[in-house]
Amino acid sequence: MTKPSLRGRLRRGRAAVIAIPTLWLLVFFMLPFLVVMKISVSEMDGATFQDLVRLQDGSIAFNLKFANYLLLVQDDLYFSTYLSSLKYAAVTTVACLFIGYPFAYFMARARPTVQPALLMLVMLPFWTSFLLRVYAWKGLLTENGWAANAIDALGLDHVLAAVGLIPAPGQLMNTPFSLVLGMTYTYLPFMILPLYSNLSKMDLRLLEAAADLGATAWVAFWTVTVPLSRAGIIAGSMLVFIPCVGEYVIPELLGGPQTQMIGRTLWDEFFSNNDWPMACAVTVAMVLLIIVPLAVFSRYQAESTERRP
Amino acid sequence: MDNGGLCALLDPMQPAPFLQIQDIVKDFDGHRAVDHVSIDIAKGEVFALLGSSGCGKTTLLRMLAGFETPTSGTITLDGHDLAGLPPYERPLNMMFQSYALFPHLTVWDNIAFGLRRARMPADEMRQRVEAMLKLVQLTAFAKRKPHQLSGGQQQRVALARSLAKKPQLLLLDEPLGALDKKLREETQIELAHIIEDVGVTCVMVTHDQEEAMTMASRIAVMSEGRLLQVGAPGEIYETPANRFVADFIGNVNLMDGRLVEDEPGHVVVECADCRHYIGHGITGTLGMPVTVALRPEKIRVGRAAPVTVEGVPDAAFNRARGTVSEMSYFGSFTVYHLALPSGAVLKVSQSNTERERGGQLTWGDEAWASWSTLSPVVLTS
Repeated sequence: MTKPSLRGRLRRGRAAVIAIPTLWLLVFFMLPFLVVMKISVSEMDGATFQDLVRLQDGSIAFNLKFANYLLLVQDDLYFSTYLSSLKYAAVTTVACLFIGYPFAYFMARARPTVQPALLMLVMLPFWTSFLLRVYAWKGLLTENGWAANAIDALGLDHVLAAVGLIPAPGQLMNTPFSLVLGMTYTYLPFMILPLYSNLSKMDLRLLEAAADLGATAWVAFWTVTVPLSRAGIIAGSMLVFIPCVGEYVIPELLGGPQTQMIGRTLWDEFFSNNDWPMACAVTVAMVLLIIVPLAVFSRYQAESTERRP
Repeated sequence: MDNGGLCALLDPMQPAPFLQIQDIVKDFDGHRAVDHVSIDIAKGEVFALLGSSGCGKTTLLRMLAGFETPTSGTITLDGHDLAGLPPYERPLNMMFQSYALFPHLTVWDNIAFGLRRARMPADEMRQRVEAMLKLVQLTAFAKRKPHQLSGGQQQRVALARSLAKKPQLLLLDEPLGALDKKLREETQIELAHIIEDVGVTCVMVTHDQEEAMTMASRIAVMSEGRLLQVGAPGEIYETPANRFVADFIGNVNLMDGRLVEDEPGHVVVECADCRHYIGHGITGTLGMPVTVALRPEKIRVGRAAPVTVEGVPDAAFNRARGTVSEMSYFGSFTVYHLALPSGAVLKVSQSNTERERGGQLTWGDEAWASWSTLSPVVLTS
């Protein structure tokens, strides 16, 4: 008997370590997803589903129903819902980036002694129920709510109406505006945290080097700080964009007839129409929709990890 | 090295020096980092600020670059006051300690960074960057990112980047500090050659005396924010102005004593273990406490008492007897520690000029040390 080589033992050890998350993903993601996929191509038979494969008169009969997927492509409703989900998620991501970047920047440049306190403040909203915080916006944005009054007093509602975020001045609730506001408010910390962790690690001497070579603070920001925080921007954007696409609660509470999103469609298919195969088809399509940017992201992450000296 | 700049400095008919640092003070929260420093630097000179960490040399360099504002005093470059000019408007460039290369840009783009900011036309920029790459022999590495380069290559990119804009003044912050010893020696010579080729006026900061000695035409030794001595490397080594400089630069034996004879051509200092007959005059009063600085390589050592010591009137001077208490062999030379009767230790270094020398000293041997009248220096502060 020879003892297994060190390399062999290492390989076995690595396999054991990787097995745990792999098993987790297999049991709690892959299997349920396969079930969902199966349902999406099944025929409803009263309250149950027909088998996909049946032995019939000595021949194997496949019974895969792709009608749901066809409907997804053909019916404008689904297509426009997907599009509007992507649109609102994108707008929210951009809004979070514009608010979150300066936020994270000043946090990262604040005196080291106050940084933990600032970090705490960013995470403070998580201490209250998410539902409660979103619901609070309803009160703030209805007619004569504080936020509504402030927006009215500043004349911002005319601007919002002009860019089409609200149908008419004075009407803030259940509009694209209230939806994007709610999602931006909710997901802002997910943008700030990765950006902060990225920006706080930046070598400030690089800014001095840029200044020495003739760059003003503004130019140095765009040519050095922003490119170097790319990984943080991508991470933050993914963390905001992906959950926003499938968001259900916020569109339900703050959205309106204009802001149909895929999460609500899902809900309707499951619980109002009771059409599980259709709902599952919508789900599969949504997962695919999200997996593509996620794959791009993780590939970028892998590359940048490799590149690190 | 071209000494034209230095001569210009010494010629009273010449206009004001190229870089003039006048009475600069810098305070940080009540702590004085730079204390009334004035230096004149001529065009084409390579000037080194030498001192241990925290001596104010880096703060001084950062004030030249514009990253710090002097509390008082003025800096003029080529007749123009630099006060109020932000770093990005100063006609000088800096090579940063550990380089501060932009990690997201290629070697080419790192070098072009400053040229882009100056809005140089694309054609001219390409030519300049290529010339710089050639200068530092990195043409083949233009498309690499900094992390794909070795330490020595990164150092050359940093140099090329800081020279690309043809600055009037080049600042070097510990230019070789991030390299290991072997590479440092090679790079030192290479760096000196490039600076000489380009002919740029240069102020460097270093804590490494060898680096300062080999690269600079003049050195300023700093301690606790003050300038202790400014001079050519040889001057600083052979005629240190005070105890600190003597001790900081190279190895030295410092012996405290009393001035017992003070003539224009020589002085006699009496120390615990010996009397020094020293071939230069000083301004002092008889009986005053002084320090004699004696470099280890300027002492001869042997088993027998020296018959004569050149320039010395009689056998009472410039010799000491002791026991070898320590011996370190360095290959090209050996350092002996002689324990003198008073308990003081005299360091002596001897070149190993022959492979095998009979009767070499070893631990516990009695030995005589002797030195010429031109070897010691009397320090009054």
